[in-house]
Amino acid sequence: MEHLLDITGLTVSYYTDIGRAIALNQVDLKLKQGEKLGLVGESGSGKSTMGLAMMRMIKPPGKVEGGSVVIGGVDMLQLSDKEMLKRRLSTISYIPQGAMNSLNPVLKIKRQMIDAYKAHYPNHKLDQILQLAHEAMISVELPGHVLEMHPHELSGGMKQRVCIAIGILLRPQIIIADEPTSALDVVTQRQVIETLNRVQQKIGSALILIGHDMGLMAQSMDKVAVMYAGEIVEINDVQTVFTSPKHPYTQALISSLPRLQNRGEFRGIPGMAPSLYRLPNGCRFHPRCNQQQPQCQTTSPPKSVFEDEKYVTCHLYEAS
Amino acid sequence: MFVLKRLLFVILVVWSASTITFFIPRISDINPIRERFAELARLGGFSAGELEKIVESYSKAFGLDKPLMQQYFDYIGGVMTLDFGVSLNKFPKTVLMLIAESLPWTIGLILVTTILSFVIGNLVGALAAWPLSPKWVRGISTSFILFQGVPPVLLAILLIFFVAFKLNILPIAGAYSIGTIPDFTFEFILDVLRHQILPGIALIFGSLGTWVLSMRGMGITIQGEDYVVFAEHKGLSSYTIFKDYYLRNALLPQVTAFALALGNVITSAIVVETIFGLPGLGFVLITAIRSNDFLVIYGIVLFITITVAVLMALVELLYPLLDPRVRQGQE
Amino acid sequence: MINYLKRNVSLTIGLGLLIFLILFTVHGLLTIEFKQAYPLAVRPKQPPSLKYLFGTDFFGRDLYTAMVVGVWQTAIIGLLAGAAGTIIGIVLGFISAYFSGLVDVLIKFICQILTPIPAFLIQVVIASSIDKRDVTIITMAIVVFLLSWMAPTLVIRSQVLSMRERQFVAVAKLSGMNSLEIIFKEIFPNLLPFIAAAFVAQVFQAVFASFYLAVIGLGPLREPLLGNTIWAAQSQSAFFNGWWWWPVGPSLAMILILGSLAMINMGLDEMANPRIRNKE
Repeated sequence: MEHLLDITGLTVSYYTDIGRAIALNQVDLKLKQGEKLGLVGESGSGKSTMGLAMMRMIKPPGKVEGGSVVIGGVDMLQLSDKEMLKRRLSTISYIPQGAMNSLNPVLKIKRQMIDAYKAHYPNHKLDQILQLAHEAMISVELPGHVLEMHPHELSGGMKQRVCIAIGILLRPQIIIADEPTSALDVVTQRQVIETLNRVQQKIGSALILIGHDMGLMAQSMDKVAVMYAGEIVEINDVQTVFTSPKHPYTQALISSLPRLQNRGEFRGIPGMAPSLYRLPNGCRFHPRCNQQQPQCQTTSPPKSVFEDEKYVTCHLYEAS
Repeated sequence: MFVLKRLLFVILVVWSASTITFFIPRISDINPIRERFAELARLGGFSAGELEKIVESYSKAFGLDKPLMQQYFDYIGGVMTLDFGVSLNKFPKTVLMLIAESLPWTIGLILVTTILSFVIGNLVGALAAWPLSPKWVRGISTSFILFQGVPPVLLAILLIFFVAFKLNILPIAGAYSIGTIPDFTFEFILDVLRHQILPGIALIFGSLGTWVLSMRGMGITIQGEDYVVFAEHKGLSSYTIFKDYYLRNALLPQVTAFALALGNVITSAIVVETIFGLPGLGFVLITAIRSNDFLVIYGIVLFITITVAVLMALVELLYPLLDPRVRQGQE
Repeated sequence: MINYLKRNVSLTIGLGLLIFLILFTVHGLLTIEFKQAYPLAVRPKQPPSLKYLFGTDFFGRDLYTAMVVGVWQTAIIGLLAGAAGTIIGIVLGFISAYFSGLVDVLIKFICQILTPIPAFLIQVVIASSIDKRDVTIITMAIVVFLLSWMAPTLVIRSQVLSMRERQFVAVAKLSGMNSLEIIFKEIFPNLLPFIAAAFVAQVFQAVFASFYLAVIGLGPLREPLLGNTIWAAQSQSAFFNGWWWWPVGPSLAMILILGSLAMINMGLDEMANPRIRNKE
């Protein structure tokens, strides 16, 4: 099957007063149609930057310095600004992290869906658009009259679902959901994730779920990509990542997850993630790695590819 | 209910204003009538005893001999019915008549300048903070901000000096050319407009800077809001985002600020009028000050206070129409 | 510090102008003859020349001398009224916020009611009630400050309110400081930037208001206050008679004064509000 999404060598840096922070370094990623990928990593690992880069929403002082993001054969990074505008929401859409403030406070929900539609299909008739908006509401399990309301009248979970509804309005091929549940309580979290899964299935789009809740990833994703200090250190199908993680970082991550069996003993990973302004030489994880080898301090580890889209970035697997 | 609270506030403001306006002059010993007649007498010669008798009889006519509290209640009562009393200087014209005659000149000027400076100022400020605006827009906004500290009066004088005096393009003062008879002809209206240009410019530029500065600050804040970013994620055009997501939200606090600024607008207008010799409310006020026509002074002060208070209340009542978060009585 | 001044343009320009004005005034005060600022001192209606730098007016004042004295008097009014307004603001604002309850409600209420009243107009009423001969620099300062204390009161009150709830006050209370100590040692130092900004704003307001009052003829007429000079010029139809230097000189001086104060105000605002500071 042809890959829907093919990212190669994506590099993004931020230039500030302090210096240059390399947020993404030569990242490769492939995704098939309808596939669900969980993108995990700690704060500063670059996962949010990935999402923004795919939408071409990196703003100064950030800069995309190389690579390509090919969706359906077209490189997003080479498109003109105008063309990219057309692709946003229709080809690839983004559901933001804090829906609390993502909706315009002075406009009705209905209006915010209509303008999204009109920006891409200016010739559609209003009642057609309203019909589609209505359907979108139903698919996120919100009553139709929500369309007539203003954002401040909705709860956090409802607002997040509205954002999901807007995200699927034009049936995009890829949906990026950036920590859609971080600001919600556990019960609402579940609702929102279920909604997300359901709509994704209905449309058949690929899903990239960015987050740091491993439990959530285990439940609904097909594949998981682990990011660290601006690189994907491991990407594999969800089973493999959880039961036999390859990269030392992933291993430490998985083993630090609390399980019902072992109570009381929580193991964190010693040390701290490096500052993106002063990355260590060689492998970025080597200062905290318990399986360090001499070459880890000097040379960057290569990608050891298992199957087409699955690889691990570590010297341990260099032989294959 | 909400409306009632606002109404009560307006009444309270007006009441305190009228009370202050009433009692302050009574603290001093000056009897306006005596002053007036003393002036007349100075011109025409007088005898002291006669003067006192005249003053007494007029005082009685104006009710100035009644006990203070009685005068106060009469006064408040009068204010409620918009009866501000009679002008001492231009007797028998009532204060209300004087106000009514001069008001059109002032209102025209204020209306146009306030609206123009609000619209232009806010637009320039919004554009100045918008990252996609061309550089020259930001240059203009900085220069507008510099005008902020300059009261319209001073600007007026400089304008008169450069434009009217040296270059002789526009008239120095007056509402219409000396010697013309007011009439509703086209030429007259044109003449009047010519005379309004400099005062208008002075007033507009006086408040422009404030709007540009505050809107620019607001714009920077709004830009960082999540909903503006999400609007971009939706693929909306810059124009749509600017209009519906950015501008509409940034304007809200400006509307409130507008209500608060009304008092300043009117005072600036009055002073500018004196510089240009326009026969508006300001002119009447100044004449009254020079001739000690107390009742006119108080009448105008009160009239303006009432107008400002009512306008402020109106703006606050209309605000929910713009900002749905403030609307009450919804689900 | 120098680096900050380089970035905060308005503050730098404002301070620069202010220093220039102070130097001008001080130099002037030391070198002029005060008499010349009053009528019938020199030949009237002279345009600017080497002898009379700013010309003379209809009544025979040397306008240069008049300007120096005028700027000095404006400064006095500004500082007096500004200080008075700020002090009242601090006292009332503090009392209102720190001790809350009925006192707070009362003070806040009075401030709110008085604010919409166009202060200028009331000042007009007061000024026109005083016998014309009694109007002096001091009375002007009083008139001006009587209606401007509300703003600093409200500002300081809201600042103290927000500070009262902050943790360092709770910590101080727990460690046994009594109310007075907390006020002076903890809260006051944090208020200084706001007090400074309020003071500058008050001075600006005072200069502005006294200028406006003078321009419509309510100032101490004999004194060469800048506003007075302009009023005198207008009432003698200076422009129609061609004596343009009469109102223009004082106007330029006034613009410099107000401009410098406004710039300093803007600069202080930027300093006190870190968010705007970080953006540029």
